Order: sequence, then structure tokens, then C-alpha cells
Amino acid sequence: MSAASHHAHDSNELVHGHDDPHHHHDDGMPHVTLKGYLTGFILSVILTAIPFWLVMAKVIPDNKIATIVVLGFAVVQLLVHMVYFLHLDTTSEGGWNMLALIFTFMLLVIMFAGSLWVMHNMNTNMMPVSAQDMRNMP
Amino acid sequence: MHETTNNLQQLLLGRLGWEAIPLHEPILLWTFAMVAVIGLGVFAWITKLGKWGYLWTEWFTSIDHKKIGIMYIVLAIVMLLRGFADALMMRLQQAMAFGDALGYLPPHHYDQIFTAHGVIMIFFVAMPLVVGLMNIVVPLQIGARDVAFPFLNNFSFWMTVAGAVLVMMSLFVGEFARTGWLAYPPLSGIAYSPDVGVDYYIWSLQIAGVGTLLSGVNFMVTIIKMRAPGMTLMKMPVFTWTALCTNVLIVAAFPVLTAVLGFLSLDRYAGTNFFTNDFGGNAMMYVNLIWIWGHPEVYILILPLFGVFSEVVAAFSGKKLFGYASMVYATIVITILAYLVWLHHFFTMGSGASVNSFFGITTMIISIPTGAKMFNWLFTMYRGRIKFEVPMLWTMGFMFTFAIGGMTGVLLAVPPADFVLHNSLFLIAHFHNVIIGGVLFGGFAAINFWFPKAMGFKLDAFWGKVSFWFWLSGFWFAFTPLYILGLMGVTRRLSHFDDPSLQIWFIIAAFGAVLILIGILAFLVQIFVSIRNREALRDHTGDPWGGRTLEWSTSSPPPPYNFAFTPRVHDLDAWNDMKKRGYVRPTKGFIAIHMPKNTAAGMLLAGLATVCGFALIWHIWWLAIASFVTMIGSAIVHTFNYDRDYYISADDVAKIEDARTQQLQQA
Amino acid sequence: MSNTATINNGSAPEFYLTEEHHVQNGTMLGFWLYLMSDCLIFACLFAMYGVVGHNYAAGPSPKDLFELPLVALNTSMLLLSSITYGFAMLEMARNRKGATLFWLFVTGCFGAAFIGIELYEFHHLIADGAGPQRSAFLSAFFALVGTHGLHVTFGIIWLITLMVQLAKGGFTPVMRRRINCLSLFWHFLDVVWIGVFTFVYLMGVLR
Repeated sequence: MSAASHHAHDSNELVHGHDDPHHHHDDGMPHVTLKGYLTGFILSVILTAIPFWLVMAKVIPDNKIATIVVLGFAVVQLLVHMVYFLHLDTTSEGGWNMLALIFTFMLLVIMFAGSLWVMHNMNTNMMPVSAQDMRNMP
Repeated sequence: MHETTNNLQQLLLGRLGWEAIPLHEPILLWTFAMVAVIGLGVFAWITKLGKWGYLWTEWFTSIDHKKIGIMYIVLAIVMLLRGFADALMMRLQQAMAFGDALGYLPPHHYDQIFTAHGVIMIFFVAMPLVVGLMNIVVPLQIGARDVAFPFLNNFSFWMTVAGAVLVMMSLFVGEFARTGWLAYPPLSGIAYSPDVGVDYYIWSLQIAGVGTLLSGVNFMVTIIKMRAPGMTLMKMPVFTWTALCTNVLIVAAFPVLTAVLGFLSLDRYAGTNFFTNDFGGNAMMYVNLIWIWGHPEVYILILPLFGVFSEVVAAFSGKKLFGYASMVYATIVITILAYLVWLHHFFTMGSGASVNSFFGITTMIISIPTGAKMFNWLFTMYRGRIKFEVPMLWTMGFMFTFAIGGMTGVLLAVPPADFVLHNSLFLIAHFHNVIIGGVLFGGFAAINFWFPKAMGFKLDAFWGKVSFWFWLSGFWFAFTPLYILGLMGVTRRLSHFDDPSLQIWFIIAAFGAVLILIGILAFLVQIFVSIRNREALRDHTGDPWGGRTLEWSTSSPPPPYNFAFTPRVHDLDAWNDMKKRGYVRPTKGFIAIHMPKNTAAGMLLAGLATVCGFALIWHIWWLAIASFVTMIGSAIVHTFNYDRDYYISADDVAKIEDARTQQLQQA
Repeated sequence: MSNTATINNGSAPEFYLTEEHHVQNGTMLGFWLYLMSDCLIFACLFAMYGVVGHNYAAGPSPKDLFELPLVALNTSMLLLSSITYGFAMLEMARNRKGATLFWLFVTGCFGAAFIGIELYEFHHLIADGAGPQRSAFLSAFFALVGTHGLHVTFGIIWLITLMVQLAKGGFTPVMRRRINCLSLFWHFLDVVWIGVFTFVYLMGVLR
């Protein structure tokens, strides 16, 4: 930990000014391209049109399978939006954006799945039954 | 003619009328008289001293994190007095009301008291205390000049005040909720609580909640982005780590509270059916959602205080904290696990064995990282040179009290046990055990520890010790009987009992409450005496305890810019490192420092929010719309203000630093 | 050029910077974190819809009510507004103020069209006796879709404000950050809408 190495390290930091328009590393501005936006847009249109068509034209006979397919398209389109419109990658804000997103997504899953699981069990056990059903209970 | 006047009155005033003022309640009238006298007295005293200008420029419009933090703690202390008054009233009622004796509080009033007690203690004492501490300490500990968004910080504070104002108003205009501090429907729905009480509850929490959420974002960005060069995450002080995790919890949990209270208000205002008994509503979903918020909330309250204990134990054992890395990992694990335990608050609601087992197990797992912390504190003390200053006393009281409270929590985590003890006085004793033992004792430790830094002089040690011993003994006298009563099957929230054999326990509990009252009065005396003797207690060096972290490198109180030169950090416990390795304080070469300006916008917006909340409560629709639109308009106008900063000149910095040089020479 | 202090003997480490420390601006991170919290509000709305969304209370169900062609039209309005905001961002990168303002204006128009169609849909539902009070399913529907709509409305107000500020002040760093923030907000609302049209409308009809 000599003084000399500290000097060298610090003079490097000084070179990169913060008003330099060509320097993206910490100004938080995303790298936008026409190609990126158009790709995202066209993919989104396709990923929207197909599910709508599948449901409106009743293409898949089994509703359960249709549901899963439609959900699948939604997940893919979500990722398309994240990448092409929200410019999300592992480097934005030093990786903190991605970490925050993963954490939020984790909580979303816990809250959503947890609530559905808990409430399903609550409803099964606690929602009112008719007098007839009560008499037939063990 | 009469009808037209009535219609006009309804249009202008909603359901507000003269009957909203509780002229028939002597207790409230006396309270109002007392509040009015004290309030007018304070007002007159400030006017006499000519200090309104000073208060306006130095405090109310300040965006300085140190000032905002102090104001938060003042709010917390004031609301502690109100919340504790509620507690005393309950203890007295429960000690008296057996058999034919009905006590002095009818259920209608008693129910508001226990509701208000809970709401105030959690939202307007514990939360402001924790947020206030983080405000004062975190920017100093990371070597920053302020938080990331100073204006937002000021706004957050005033929104919290707005919420507190609405709760306090409910004493004198209308009533408060009678539902308990979490306001479960259907009781809190429009059918069973048609009056304004639940609406006061909803809007004060929604408004304060906005402030808290924004604070969470503010501190996360501050800690992530504004650390001094060289301070990597694993070189941050433990208090900053706990602050970071707390703010993650805030940002992740408070939206849920906003949504749930939103659903409840839609049910009450728009006739929707989220939580009604008919038309497909499901009141159990409220309980589910509110505890998804509620459990992280209690970790929001305790994690910063765990950080405080880490700082205090290290400072007063004269050693570095044992097991820094494990402390950090334990905090992170607690943050994540906090979202996997919420159902333990309603084991008895009927989700069945599979669900209950899962959450029972996760609840037991979450006690492990806290246990690890406890051991780390003890190992830090082992072979240390312990100084029994007041913060250390509070910390030792915490370790003993909180450990037992935590154990009763693990007991309750066993679903079959919880089926017997849920909503009994055992539960009440458990959570008071951990909240008083953890949050409150920690709060007093923190206040005694950082008071010299914030104010420039220490708190009087004698009165601090008096306060501590009365609080410690008072707590155990007040709550041990409740554990016993709970095990005997006594339910919570009762204002009257039939079994006279229980009375002795309630009398002992009331005695404990009186001891705590003396503890609180001793604390107030401590503050008063310390201010009076402040020259004798003056902190000249800025480092009265031999601290280890960066805040102790500044003067007491620190200058507005915190550090004349941004520190460069090399190691954990940066200030200790600096002292050990021959740090010499610079006395020249100062540069101009960029600072944010004060603002009145925060007060204005929060004031409008208060008016909007009041209007919504009383169904004064024109006023609600007008104040809301004005709020949005003012916020938009504020964004056109680009004149938000200034420079402290190098000469002014030099003057301030020279004054400190002189002060250090006197020490 | 050193910017740190040396102590006289030259061997002790430097403990402070002698020049102004430029702190990184935290607005984009802060706004992203706020957006994550907003995400969790929507998570609650979705969870509520998931739990009570089948409680029709002997009233109308999704199949009875949802007109998918209208929803498809609405979705395309929002999607188009996303790409036009993208064009505005591209023009901003090229420092072309007039073009940026034009594309922001078009975005606002698409957003307004979205809200208009949604209000039309709500009006019809309420007129047909399928308002938010009719059942828990409808309460949850109106809360979820309505909250999304309120967010879009707020976004339009914000957009107009930014257009005024941009027209008056040009591309300052503050202005760029603000337009960037609204971009995140706007695209985030489109992401939420993917969830809405899938989970509420399409899956509702598939029940």
C-alpha cells in the first residue's frame, strides 16, 4: 500500500470528466439504437398478435393448454421489453438495476404464489358450506 | 328552507358537523384543555424569544440530513408520550374492571385507545425513531455530505408529520378506529365501521407511508452511490449495512401496505367487494396481504437497532466487532427470510397443516441469524475493556430482554402452541418484549450514543442510568404478568374481566407501567438537565467515546457540509484506522463546497396532503379534489425551479474549520 | 497529478481527497428502485385478482364481458406509444429538440387514445350493470385495470410537463435524466399491460 500506487490510481480517476458526452460509464444514459427499438417493437407485435389470435379464433381446443401457451408468450414478451425497451443488462448502474429487478421478481413470485396457495387453503377450509354438507362432514 | 341549508352544509362540509366535537367526553375535554394550554404556551414562548424565523430557516425548511434526523426523533419522543398515555389508561382500566366494577373507560372509548396505541407506537414512534437515526448517522458514516435526494428527505419528514397530525386530530374532531392497529375487515369495512375512525386510520397511514417509501429509495441510493472512495461494501460500518437492508425492506414492503389500504378504502368509498362478506369478497385476503407487509415491517424496526448495538458494543468494549462478515450475512439472510414467514401471524385463520408447517419452520429458521448476532456481540465483549456508559447499559438490557422475547417468539412459531396462545396476553407480552427490549432500548442506546455528535454535548449520565433502571424493571413488572395471564388463557383487547383472581396480575402490570412512566420522566429530565448543563457536558473533540467509524472524525455537531475534504477509506472501522495510522487533520487548502438549498416545498406539499386527507375523511369532496389538484400542481411547479443549490465559499469553510481547530486545542 | 494529500514523511496513507469529489448522480437508480416498488403494488393487484377473480357472485363473468377486439386495439395503442417514445429517445441522443418534441407529442396522443378506449370500455361495463360494485371479480378487475390507467394518465401529465420544460430550456443534463425516467416509466407500464391483457383478458376468456 505505497503512496506511489495510490497516486497512480487517483490520477486515472481524474482523467474521466463527468460532462464528457462520449463517456457512458456512469452517466446512466442508455445506449439507444433504431435497430434495437424496431427489433423490440416487431417482436412485441408478433408476440401480442399470436396469443390474441389463438384465443379469439379458439385455435387450441384444450383451455388449460391454451392458458399455458398464452402465459408463455407473455413471459417472452416481458423479456423482450426488458432488453429492447428498458435496456436492462448486468452493467446498468453497476449491476444494481439487475439485482433490484431479480429481488423484486423473487418477491413478486413469493407474494403471488404464496397468496394463491394460502388463500386456496383458507377457502377450502374456511369458506361457508351448506347445512347439508356440514352434516356430511367427518 | 331547512332542507336547502342541510344540503348546502353537506356539500360544503361533508359529514363534518358540531357533533364531531366530543363535548360529552370529559376525558377528551380535559386532554384538549391540556394540549391547548401546552400548545399555546410553547407557541407563546417561541414568539417571545423571537425564534420563528430561526425555526423556519434552520429547521423546518432544512434539507440537512442531520437536522431532519433530529426532527424525526423529536416527533418520535412527542408521539411516545401520547402512545404511552394510551398505555397508562389501558393499564389502569384493566387493573380496575372486574365483576361489577366497570372501570372508567367504556368499550367504545377503550377500543379506540388500544387501536391508537398500536398505530402510534409503530408508525409514529418506532418508524420515525429508526428513520431519524439513519438520517443522522448514515451519511456521516459513509463520508458523504448529505443523502442522495435532500429535498425528498425533507418532504418525507413532513409527510410523516402529516400522518401524525391526522391521528392526533382524531382525538378532538370525530373519533379514531376501534378495530385494532391493523384494522381487519369486515369490522373495518363500511358496514361495521361507518364512522370516520377507520378513514382517519387509512389516510394517516397512506400519507405517512408515501414519506417512508421515498425515504427508503433515498437511503438505498445514498448508500449504494455516495460512499467515500475506498469504502467498499464490506468496509461499510455495520450500522450502514443494517440501514441498507432496512431500506430494501421498506421499498419492498410499503407498496403492499399502500395496496391493501387502497383496497380497503375502495370498499369503504366506492362500494367495492374486496373484503365484504357478500358479493364474493374475501376478508381473509386482507389479513394475508397486510401481514405480507407487517412482518417485514417489524424487521424494518429492529434491523437498524441491531446495527446500533453492533456499534455500541464495539465502541464500549474497546475492540472491533467480532465476526463482521457473519453480521453482514446474517442481516442479508434476515432481509430475505422476512418475506417467507408472514403466515405465522394468522396460523389460526385456517389454512391447514401443510401451510402452517411450512411457515412454522421458516419462522424458526429466521431466529438463527439473530442468534448468530447475539453471539457475535457477546464475543465482542469477551476480553474487552468494557465501559459501562449509558448506551452500553441499554445494550446489555436489550441483550437480556430481547433474547427472552425472541424465545417466546420461537415458542409461538409452533402452530399447535400458537393455537392456544394466539391473540392471548402471551402474544401481547411477546411482541412488547421484543419491541421494547429491541427497538426502544436500542433507541435509547442510540440516542445516548449519538446525542453528543448531533447536539454538541453529552447527555447527563446519572439521569440516563435512572431512566434505564426504571425502564428495565418497569418492563419486566409490566409484562411478566401478561405472560402468565396469557398462559392462563386471557384474551387480548378486553376492557373488563369476570374472574377476580386475575386482578392481582393486572395490578402488578399497572405497577410496572408506573415504573416505566418514571423511566420516561427521567429521560425527559435527562434532556432538560443536559441542556441546562451543556457547557459542562460539551464535547470538544468530536469523539467523546473513542469511536471507530467516520462520524466521530467530525466536530460535534458536524459542519453543514459534514467533511471539509471527502475522506478516503482504507479499512473497516475507518476512523479507528485513521487514528491508529497517524492521521493529521488538515487545517488549510480548503475548497468551495457545493450544497443544496433549503426549501419550503416539502412543508407545503405535506400540508396540502393533510388537508386532502382530512377532506377525504369527512367526505368534503370539493376540498379533497381542490387540495389534491393543488398538490399535483405545486409539485409540477416545483420541478420548474432549477435554483436549488449554492456554494459555501472556501473562506467560509476555512472559518468553520479554524473554529474547530481552536475547539480541539481547548480540549 | 495527485489529488490526495501526502503526509510529511510520505509513508502514511492518504485519508482525504484535496479536490472536490464528484458524486455520481443517483436519479436513474433511484427511479428504477421506485419503479420496483410500483411493480410490487401491481403484484398485489394481480394477487387480489388471482384470489377473488373467480368470484362472480352470480353476476357476469369475463366471457360475458370482455370484447377482445377492443382490447387488441387498446394494446396496439400502447405498444405504438412505446415505439414512438423510443423514437423520441433516439432524437434526444441526436440532440434534435424539435424532433424529440414531435415524437413525445405522438406518444402522448397514443396514450390518450389508450385511455379514451379504456374509459369507453369502463363506461359500457358500468352501464351494463357490470360495475366494480357488482362482484369481487369486477372490483378486482376495475382496481387492476383502473390503477394501470391512472398510471398512464399520470404519465401523460408528466409528458406534457416535460414537453413544456424541454421547449423552454433545451437539453440540459437534468432534462435528459427526466426524459430518461419517463421512458422507464412508460415502458414499465407497457410491461404491466402485457400482464393485464394476458392474465385478465385472454385467460379470462379461456376459463
